[in-house]
Amino acid sequence: MKLTGAQALIKSLEHQGVEVIFGLPGGAILPVYDPILDSSIRHILVRHEQGAGHMAEGYSMATRRPGVAMVTSGPGATNIVTPLMNAFMDSTPLVVVTGQVATGSIGTDAFQECDITGITMGITKHNWLVKDPNEIPQIVAEAFHVATTGRPGPVLIDFPKDIANSAADYYTPGSVSLAGFNIQTEPDSNAVAAAADLILKSKRPVLYVGGGVLKSNASAALRILVEQTSIPVVTTLMARGAFPDSHELNLGMPGMHGTYTAVTTLQKSDLLIALGARFDDRVTGKISAFAPNAKIIHADVDPAEIGKVRKPDVVLLGECRRSIEELTRALTEKTSSSNEALPLNITEWHNTLKEWQQKYPLSYDRQASDVIKPQYVIEEISKRQKEGTILASGVGQHQMWASQYWKFNSPNTWVNSGGAGTMGFGVPAAIGAKVGRPDKQVWAIDGDGCFQMTAQELVTSSAEQIPVKIAILNNAYLGMVRQWQHMFYEERYSEVYLSPDLPDYVKWAEAMGAIAFRVDTPEEVIPTIEKANEIDDRSVVIDFRTDVTERVFPMVPAGAPNDDILVSPEHADGIIQ
Amino acid sequence: MKNSNHHIVSALVENRSGVLARIAGLFARRGFNIYSLAVAPTDDSKLSRVTIVVDVETSLLNQVVNQLNKLINVVEIQELSPLDAVERELLLATVQCSTGKRSEIIQIVTALGGEIVDADISSLTIEMSSTPEKLDTLEELLNSYGILKIQRTGRVALPRLGYLAETVADSELKLA
Ligand SMILES: Cc1ncc(C[n+]2csc(CCOP(=O)(O)OP(=O)(O)O)c2C)c(N)n1
Ligand SMILES: [Mg+2]
Repeated sequence: MKLTGAQALIKSLEHQGVEVIFGLPGGAILPVYDPILDSSIRHILVRHEQGAGHMAEGYSMATRRPGVAMVTSGPGATNIVTPLMNAFMDSTPLVVVTGQVATGSIGTDAFQECDITGITMGITKHNWLVKDPNEIPQIVAEAFHVATTGRPGPVLIDFPKDIANSAADYYTPGSVSLAGFNIQTEPDSNAVAAAADLILKSKRPVLYVGGGVLKSNASAALRILVEQTSIPVVTTLMARGAFPDSHELNLGMPGMHGTYTAVTTLQKSDLLIALGARFDDRVTGKISAFAPNAKIIHADVDPAEIGKVRKPDVVLLGECRRSIEELTRALTEKTSSSNEALPLNITEWHNTLKEWQQKYPLSYDRQASDVIKPQYVIEEISKRQKEGTILASGVGQHQMWASQYWKFNSPNTWVNSGGAGTMGFGVPAAIGAKVGRPDKQVWAIDGDGCFQMTAQELVTSSAEQIPVKIAILNNAYLGMVRQWQHMFYEERYSEVYLSPDLPDYVKWAEAMGAIAFRVDTPEEVIPTIEKANEIDDRSVVIDFRTDVTERVFPMVPAGAPNDDILVSPEHADGIIQ
Repeated sequence: MKNSNHHIVSALVENRSGVLARIAGLFARRGFNIYSLAVAPTDDSKLSRVTIVVDVETSLLNQVVNQLNKLINVVEIQELSPLDAVERELLLATVQCSTGKRSEIIQIVTALGGEIVDADISSLTIEMSSTPEKLDTLEELLNSYGILKIQRTGRVALPRLGYLAETVADSELKLA
């Protein structure tokens, strides 16, 4: 079938099952915007290309489908670099199409020319510059294949204007086979057996669950493994929701701001079963002091993660879900033919964990009556969440409190920026999540600093009728940075004050078409949340004036050993070392 | 090899624009050093072979190989231990040469297996293809006469025949 290159591109995206594109047009991508008018694909016009990228990420994290964004060349393309980096760090599958100047002009510093494939080489799984219109269907198929296969991640297709305008052969692409892209999905059976043996011998095992469990849709498989073995679970920042918080074996989040019990369980364990987790420095603390007595089973689909940070004793290279399933099967088989039994006999370990939990629960001053504690706001929203509510967040103190205090009970309900820590992620990511899951309520916990970085996308949410609820925890500060200056720079506060009133968040939100409230006292918190929950057809912004001085605890100072965990001041005495 | 941190990595890559940039960029951003690099097309016009001498600690070599293997255009990759590889490098050098020294230099070069490929009254250009170690020896000797210009290609290598190439995946699993 003869089409234009632009038509072939849109048709190829349709063929991949794309339902939504987040984007903003411009000169180089103009030809591609014409066939969008005739396409079944919904296009969501953003107000800034960074918004398009984060929306595509939010969409993907909530649906496990690849997110698609389209922008023009030059500044349009560079505006989406941050989301690409963010998606690369958090293994979120994205397909980003950038316009490019005509092939004949490439290399001449033409208007809005930019070497976006060069710029994004290090932050995409792969990128393509389309040079032949007849390759379009094949390249699009390859792009989706690479983005979603193995460890997911972002890809970019750079699309020159003359290619869009030339005649192109459209065909249904064949199955993709790339010589240099082979993913091992099935774990080695000997390794599985070795892992099962280690588990049966362990006295203090722990499942260190990372984002890979969500990416491989392994929550149900994980639950079976946990229930058969009774091994406790920690869920990293990227894995919140992969295992229900309501389960008594879920110890919460490990890491710099993890729960005392999660951090200490990793430290004291004799067997750490890492599932789709990558030993990030925010989890391990000082690496040489991390889990010093633990043997390691490392299950991951990306061979480059194996041994990158910590040398494993057993490697389960393959899809996380398959490794978990095979492990469960091997354990059942082994125990049915020996005198070992499931669940594991680790009562002593369970008792120790319970002691830690009782002694060092997450805590803040619940009696405070004169100021709004940020944790309180999160808890009260969480308590009132409808079934399957999705929570997005920005980056900072509010993000850590959200991860700590929100009760996550189903997978793909937590949309945050982990590896990159991108301020401004929250608002657009929430909008993208709502586009993907219009049936679910979407809340965002945002910081006042973060909100100011990408708030303009609330205009998009109003124009496109994508209602989300944003709770700004307005502490008038770049709070996380303030916390570090408080603790490590002798309270010398340098360039972190923002003001509670500038901007006027209520007026600003209203100007963008949202309904807005301001909450100054603890008594108003619950009624305002309830009011917001009743509004389904408009976005809602609540400006919560929260305690300026509140700090996130527990905390492992950057680069310190996890054993040096600082708990909240009221628990500080009598810490067990 | 002289430097114990030197490892030879041989990769078969697709002949696509930007493939070298991808490889070089990966080394730069992961903090791996390239000591030398040689690239040329193979008998299959779609593929090139790249021989990279990497300057990293042995413990990091797996990372280098695994990260390179993640590049879509890298089709196949293996580490070649010097014992199991045939290595060659080409050297071109222009040496200062007074009339009195001419025959002495020619003698050294021919003894080592090199050739004189160009000459004028005051200098000689020498070519030699050999193992990198032999070229080091030649270079040292020529140095005493005064090297005016030198270009070495960096090594190229192929596995020795009969040596069973381990695939990356195999060596990876042995970590367990
Ligand atoms: C784009 C970007 N710039 C700077 C930072 C560094 N940073 C991390 S948290 C933070 C403060 C965030 O302030 P706010 O949104 O008000 O959240 P809070 O910590 O007060 O809850 C800053 C500046 C970052 N993570 N991202
Ligand atoms: Mg703040």
